[in-house]
Amino acid sequence: MEIRKGIAVSPGIAIARPMVIDSKDYRIPRRSIMPSQRTKEEKRVRDAFAGAIKKLTALEADRSIEESNIKDIFAVHLRFLRDKSFRKRITDFVHNELTTAEYAVSTILREIASHFAGIDDAYISERAADIYDIERRLLTQLLGKVQKDVEHLREEVVIVAHDLSPTQTAGFNKTFIKGFATEAGGRTSHTAIVARSLGIPAVVALEDLMSNINVDSTVIIDGNRGIVVIDPDEETLAQHRQHATELARLEHELYTLRDKPAVTRDGVAITLLGNIEFQDEAEMVKEKGGEGIGLYRTEFLYLYSDSEPTEEDHYEAYAHAVRTFEGKPVVIRTMDLGADKYPHSGRYAVETNPVLGLRSIRFCLQNLTMFKNQLRAILRVSALGDVRIMFPLISNLQELRQAKLILRDVMEDLDEYGVGYNPEVAVGIMIETPSAALTASLLAADCDFFSIGTNDLIQYTLAVDRANEHVSTLYSAADPAVLWLLRSVIHDANKAKIDLSVCGEIASDPEYIMLILGMGVRTLSLAPPMIPEIKQVIRSVTIEECNHLARKVVTMDSQRQIKNYIRDAAIRILPEAF
Amino acid sequence: MTGLGPVSQWLYTRKSEVRRNVRLAEPVYEIEIEIKNADGLHMRPAMQFVDVASGFDCDIKVSNNDTCVDAKSIMQMTMLAATCGTKLKVKAQGPDAQEAIKALQELVEENLFDESATAGSGGRNE
Repeated sequence: MEIRKGIAVSPGIAIARPMVIDSKDYRIPRRSIMPSQRTKEEKRVRDAFAGAIKKLTALEADRSIEESNIKDIFAVHLRFLRDKSFRKRITDFVHNELTTAEYAVSTILREIASHFAGIDDAYISERAADIYDIERRLLTQLLGKVQKDVEHLREEVVIVAHDLSPTQTAGFNKTFIKGFATEAGGRTSHTAIVARSLGIPAVVALEDLMSNINVDSTVIIDGNRGIVVIDPDEETLAQHRQHATELARLEHELYTLRDKPAVTRDGVAITLLGNIEFQDEAEMVKEKGGEGIGLYRTEFLYLYSDSEPTEEDHYEAYAHAVRTFEGKPVVIRTMDLGADKYPHSGRYAVETNPVLGLRSIRFCLQNLTMFKNQLRAILRVSALGDVRIMFPLISNLQELRQAKLILRDVMEDLDEYGVGYNPEVAVGIMIETPSAALTASLLAADCDFFSIGTNDLIQYTLAVDRANEHVSTLYSAADPAVLWLLRSVIHDANKAKIDLSVCGEIASDPEYIMLILGMGVRTLSLAPPMIPEIKQVIRSVTIEECNHLARKVVTMDSQRQIKNYIRDAAIRILPEAF
Repeated sequence: MTGLGPVSQWLYTRKSEVRRNVRLAEPVYEIEIEIKNADGLHMRPAMQFVDVASGFDCDIKVSNNDTCVDAKSIMQMTMLAATCGTKLKVKAQGPDAQEAIKALQELVEENLFDESATAGSGGRNE
């Protein structure tokens, strides 16, 4: 039995066999297989060789590559891949050492590479690079196959990986995935967001996890306490099973709240909306008692397929959510990817500082064909219900005006073709940069609503990357700087009489609910699985208490003091939620 | 660094496998050739060597001191790591052994791998 401590990013308990996803960018750890799996694993090696040969042959035949030295390199790699004694050395390793194909490929290739690197001749020792190249070609084949397996799962598993990318998770067959455990990541990492939206447990930042898991291990992911247990003993297994049953009971209790309103004890109604990422999550929001969608992230449309999404792809995805909510609000956020993540941009230049680079609305404003495609689809669905358009990462008024101008353009196009849409469609922005927060009064005059995205706002305000463990302790929504900005944005929105909601992570954190209600927020948009719990918090407090708490917090000067104060207050109100 | 231990051990195993396949009745042709091109038996020359060797039916082994490898395997040939000035022993056994020895000697000692002319001739060794 091995117990690993990480960061809990999505609650719940999962007990299942692991589906391990290696990464070709990291060292492949040794993982054992059963003797009965030998044949299958050796076949994986042979298939990887065949696949790599096929791909390389196509590359070699590509006429656009004219440089003879590159063709030479391909020719050498091809001969290696066709060298039967080389392949046999790898299958023999699998057979004798009982390890995964990935580990055998990596080990043998590295052995050969280090043999070269040790030779005292610059030309030959440099050839180690070719060997690493061949290693990558083979691993790409093996891992591509694993990704396909996850897409066609037929039994319950927990996913164990170094890290998960949006492109990977988009293809997962989520019916059979019961939890995530990753070596990398933080509370706002992609893995965390996906896990919360699926309502499955996840633990991240687990050091050296991959090398401790075997194909036939049993894994417990405890997303409440942030631990992962590998091959638990009987007692631990029984404890966690019992705990899981209790959680299910608690969930059932919360379920009874579904049809009750989100109203404070002194009668103030709060609107609870859901944040969603995939179209089928709309049902989950409804199921959990959400009154609409406060944030529809649309990035998955761009990451899911090999080609750019068509207007119809957009339309279908949005129309589904709008129909699910018949007349209730559905806020669609336009594409929020960086050039570094957007697979169809044709840009491969690495930005030195992508978080401050060409991303989100900035990228859209420079790629108008793509942007207009999405806007056209959103406008068309606006004819079906209460659709609202939200622009992300606005950092100045000109950007907002420019985006609205383009929207106007698209409207004129639709008019020309006689396509129906709602000309009064609400247009709002995410407040997630300090510059937008500071100039909220200017921006409010030019849009219909604000949605505060606390995750990015905290990152930009405090200049902290939460995924970086050396500075992550500085990242806190309770920092006075963040709260001051929030207060002024809320004030400016109320003064301009425009709608305001909070869609960042603090909206789904029970500890922060009293504080944000006390600061004047009346609409929250949050991860669907958290809706019942947050509703329970709302139904247990009075606005009077919340206002009092918010007034006290203003007088405090440290993150720690504020955090402790709001936590204590929350525990007093609703001890069982913590 | 895993060192040379497992590598040479493995090469040894291969050697005995190669031996088992040889028809004992046929004579063995043997020659010593010297690598004369400046870059030694790096990737591209190794590829050419393997391509030429693979064109013959006979069994061909190449040895550098204690290491003996199959001339038709690019991995084994490159692992010989023969630099300029290295003397390799080539042994061939089989129906066209004599021609094979001649062709390999020509490639290595007379044409010096013909550095430029054969570039990009990939994909024909099977």
